Amino acid sequence: MAYLTKTQLEALINEREESFPKSIRSDILTKLSGIPKLSKKAVNKILDSVEDAYLRSLVEPGEAIGTVAAQSIGEPGTQMTLKTFHYAGVAELNVTLGLPRLIEILDARKNPASPFMTVYLEDPYSKEKEKAQKVQRMIELSTVESISDDITVDLALMQIKIALNDVLMEDKGINPELIIEKLSKLKKGEVNYVDNEIIIDSKDMTIDDIYKLNEKIRDLKLKGVKGITRVIMSKDQELDEWVLFTAGSNLPDVLSIPGVDPTRIKTNHIQEIRDTLGIEATRQSIIDEATAVLQEQGLDVDIRHIMLVADIMTQDGNLRQIGRHGISGEKESVLARASFEVTVKHLLNSAARGECDKLRGITENVIIGQIIPLGTGTVDLIMWPGYQRNDKNEIDE
Amino acid sequence: MWTPELKKINQIQFGILSPDEIRKMAVTKIITADTYNEDGTPIEGGLIDRRLGTIEPGQRCKTCGNQVGDCPGHFGMIELARPVIHVGYAKTIIYKLLRSTCRACSRILLDGLSIKKYQRLIEKAAAEDDIKTTSELNKEVVKEARKKSECPHCSQPQFKIKYEKPTSFYEETPEGSVRITPSEIQKRFEGIQTQDLALLGIDANHSRPEWMILSVLPVPPVSVRASITLESGVRSEDDLTHKLVDIIRINQRLRENIEAGAPQLIVEDLWELLQYHVTTFMDNEVAGIPPARHRSGRALRTLTQRLRGKEGRFRGNLSGKRVDFSARTVVSPDPNISINDVGVPEQIAKILTVPERVTEWNIEEMKELVMNGPNPEINEKTGVSKTGSNYIIRPDGKRIDLRFVGDLNNTAEMIDQGFIVERHLRDGDMVLFNRQPSLHRMSIMAHEVRVMPFKTFRLHLCVCTPYNADFDGDEMNLHVPQSEEARAETRVLMRVQEQILSPRYGGPIIGALHDYVSAAFLLTQKKTLISKEDVWQLLLAGNYEGELPLPAVAYPTELWTGKQVFSLLLPPDVNVTTKSRTCRKHEICKGELCEFDSYVYIRAGQLLSGVIDRRAIGADESESVLHVVVKDHGSDRAREFLDSLTQMLLEFLSHEGFSLGYSNVNMPEEAKKRISVLISDQERIANEMIEAYNRGELEPLPGKSLEETLEMRIMSVLAKARDSAGRVANDYMGISNSAVVMASTGAKGTQLNIAQMAACVGQQSIRGERILRGYRKRSLPHFQKNDIGPVARGFVRSNYRIGLSPTEFFFHAQGGREGLVDTAVRTSTSGYLQRRLVNALQDLHVNYDIIVRTTEGDVVQLRYGEDGVDPMKSYHGRPVDIDAIIEEVLSTEED
Repeated sequence: MAYLTKTQLEALINEREESFPKSIRSDILTKLSGIPKLSKKAVNKILDSVEDAYLRSLVEPGEAIGTVAAQSIGEPGTQMTLKTFHYAGVAELNVTLGLPRLIEILDARKNPASPFMTVYLEDPYSKEKEKAQKVQRMIELSTVESISDDITVDLALMQIKIALNDVLMEDKGINPELIIEKLSKLKKGEVNYVDNEIIIDSKDMTIDDIYKLNEKIRDLKLKGVKGITRVIMSKDQELDEWVLFTAGSNLPDVLSIPGVDPTRIKTNHIQEIRDTLGIEATRQSIIDEATAVLQEQGLDVDIRHIMLVADIMTQDGNLRQIGRHGISGEKESVLARASFEVTVKHLLNSAARGECDKLRGITENVIIGQIIPLGTGTVDLIMWPGYQRNDKNEIDE
Repeated sequence: MWTPELKKINQIQFGILSPDEIRKMAVTKIITADTYNEDGTPIEGGLIDRRLGTIEPGQRCKTCGNQVGDCPGHFGMIELARPVIHVGYAKTIIYKLLRSTCRACSRILLDGLSIKKYQRLIEKAAAEDDIKTTSELNKEVVKEARKKSECPHCSQPQFKIKYEKPTSFYEETPEGSVRITPSEIQKRFEGIQTQDLALLGIDANHSRPEWMILSVLPVPPVSVRASITLESGVRSEDDLTHKLVDIIRINQRLRENIEAGAPQLIVEDLWELLQYHVTTFMDNEVAGIPPARHRSGRALRTLTQRLRGKEGRFRGNLSGKRVDFSARTVVSPDPNISINDVGVPEQIAKILTVPERVTEWNIEEMKELVMNGPNPEINEKTGVSKTGSNYIIRPDGKRIDLRFVGDLNNTAEMIDQGFIVERHLRDGDMVLFNRQPSLHRMSIMAHEVRVMPFKTFRLHLCVCTPYNADFDGDEMNLHVPQSEEARAETRVLMRVQEQILSPRYGGPIIGALHDYVSAAFLLTQKKTLISKEDVWQLLLAGNYEGELPLPAVAYPTELWTGKQVFSLLLPPDVNVTTKSRTCRKHEICKGELCEFDSYVYIRAGQLLSGVIDRRAIGADESESVLHVVVKDHGSDRAREFLDSLTQMLLEFLSHEGFSLGYSNVNMPEEAKKRISVLISDQERIANEMIEAYNRGELEPLPGKSLEETLEMRIMSVLAKARDSAGRVANDYMGISNSAVVMASTGAKGTQLNIAQMAACVGQQSIRGERILRGYRKRSLPHFQKNDIGPVARGFVRSNYRIGLSPTEFFFHAQGGREGLVDTAVRTSTSGYLQRRLVNALQDLHVNYDIIVRTTEGDVVQLRYGEDGVDPMKSYHGRPVDIDAIIEEVLSTEED
């Protein structure tokens, strides 16, 4: 018997392009590649069996997969821990996990409790510690307060004194000149550098103003990216490269920093992904984040359910919440909206707008007591008990 | 008789009732606030007017002539002396309209060009059925219109409008703030043109804005506000009736005062009062005014309150309905029935009924059922009553209650084809069985009835997992489908055996648990050898019919291995390769030669190696032996397998004996000493760290304070103490120890539980930290202030066998309490999440083309799950088990 070469095998599998999806085809290929001495007959037999099994595993039309997905994600929610904080990857960073995080994802929150980024670097930066550190310093937000020992207001001289901390400055790669430059830009008095201290003279200010200025100086951004409070460097042993973890997220700004690998950067802030990368990335990120939460809790949920949720959340190109301000609030049917939340508001408004409920959804039909258009209810079949066939051969009339 | 689609509601149009419409639909004007005459008859023109419908049984409605159930009720009306504002519209639409239309000419405050522009945009959006864009455009129109300080049409100056909760409007004219009366608003609104309203999102065909100012108030029919007659004969009226009485009274006074030409001030006060009453009639929880109260001080439940919330009309009555033909009682286990069965108490079976139509084929049987009547005699064979019947329904629709029939035999002879007999529940009937909370579809499954003595529902232990039931007092519900379609769907789609695979992860959710797992392990261990008599006994319990294989040991006595016995129950052509839970995950798997017998290898239905435990037959385990049986051999065979296996395992375990006691967690002296030393060592290390901290020698971890660093390190040291103590305990316990058997097979409990019983309970924590609350600077008065040592902060070094010291006990209780609070909080948050998810996704379904659409027709996925595979039919998420297919094909190919 003739055995197949690798290309022959591949061709044979790809003949079935119409029969089953790519993922299965590539799966078969990798599995069969490991087996020596395959005959064409055997491969075809395998492919036939796979096709048969695949067809048997397809969903049935009418299946209420929406409800099944909702239950499959909601039911394990009862088993999840409420514990908010846990450590992820790096011990220093706290990340919301468990039920609160899942709710956050499905709510499509604008401000997640613990935004977090994983920044991979491009080649020269990722290999050398010094270069990676450079990128780190460019990302981490440094304010005047974060590099000084003390900031005092001298009311007698109407001065603000900033005692600089050499170690911290060194660590963050900041020199006094930079601080002076930034402070001068404020145009709030004369800036002097004396004996490792920066003194700001603002003679013609009121006491109120000088305190306000004090506050402003403390939070003055010297370096880094807005919103990112800490950056931690860590060596990824597997990839053998330096990776940065940030507390706080600012995808658009970090993307523009040289050395950052834009193809591998990650953030857990879904709304931000929507704004910078678009809806397809958002969908993928919802899937990834939700899967990660469930996996961390040791809960086994099929990815198809999560995909469905992600798909409906991103269906119209915007990130829509699961709930009253999103999908449920935008339903066509008045009765469906009224029976979810804020009942009376929906009823009154629909009356004013003269809305018409076409009764196409589930809740509406439950309310009026008709068969719901799902499952066995999708089929319209009317039996005619009185109808009799005249002749055996005349089937259609 | 049931007719297909007899009535179908196609659509529901929403709108506001116009005064004309209200007058037209009213059967009478309500003019007096009194309800009943002295003789107890309702007053004509009062709130209980006979024409408004009837609520008393036996009485006929004066309008439609129907009796209670059939009279829908009829509206009345009150002509208001002065118009009042409808609260629901005050803040939203009325305010919006006042600000965006001209006070003089009522045109919208936009110039001709903008009007045209918006008209075009809105028409376009409406043509595309884009509700979202339309409503956004409407908002934009309002925003632009209200900026104008002069009308573009009549050049009249416009003033700022102020809204005051809940129903007042003021116009800030140069002369000062002037109140706009409802009459004035009504006049302005009457002039607004239809096309202008369209720009603002109001459909003038169904709701003119002036209708939001009420000049006629519809009076709901009495059936909406039914009164109750107490035992003492005192009538108690509904809250709505009370409110309407108030409205009529004030309305009357207002009218009288106006007619008498009373001073403006008094008229205005009364008008205001009328507004208050009408407002609270609509909504009694409006911000800005006190709610109307009952004499007892309870706030009245008026229209809005009736609709809103969980127990409101929508969620409580329309989306969730109450049903007949249901039962509820405590559940208890019965290992001797099938997983498909449910044991129904005889008493319940005699109340729940199934309607059965008499045909020429079943007439004899039906006659017997009728003859048995509502209280049939005991069937000697089964020990429970024979099946009887409660009612018969004649073809003319008349129901005959068999309880009051003198001679049942006569009645039985009377029935003929076309009669319906409502017979008692009997063995084999399909019923739905449910346990709340119904979190997934396996929370409602169809079972076959088995009528049994005693008063509890009986269920097979394996179905506890999908229902999440136990027997500490759980109650469950049972429903009897009443139509042939319902029964068919129930049997095909909802039967327990069809639900063995969970759609959540594509694996069996119904499977062996607890003692079944332990028993399977003990049975299939290598050392288990069984005599011929015992094999017979086991196979009898397992319902096996067939021949015995050759014994594994032939001499001196014939002995069979447990694996052989197990194999007999498997379908003869199963092939499975998996690893048991005892697998140590060695670098190189020795396969069938594994010294722990962890390599489960089943070929042609023979368990060749490996021990059977939870991994192979357990609930919640994918890619297991059970999973393969269900997938390859169908649900019928799987049910048979589970039924016979569980019964056989139970038989085996009750002969083998299996118990857990003090001796299982007791340790030899040597072990106790070793554990004690280990814990003391770690405690010492922790104390040394504290000393180092006090001396200021501790190095902080990056990003953590010194205190946090210390806490973290102490926690890890103490965790290590418990773990190593547990490991020592484990070393002294063999695999024959019941506790170890249960933990390692996955029957019940974990290594941690064993360690806590035998070695050391370990650190108690609250919110992930050591216990620190309680008294000032200490957790309990037993300790010194500022003591941060292990013992003072909730480290429990005792184990459950020895028992806990008083302080340890207290810390343990604190930790335990946190767990309880956590569960309580979690159930409510996750319940709400589930409700939102279901509500957002319920309209999605798969079409015939595998495209996922909402019922409105919007496409959500072009191919369900990207490959069109049903997770339930998948092999743990994968569409096809390719490995198994390859193996099968290649093995047949070889020969």
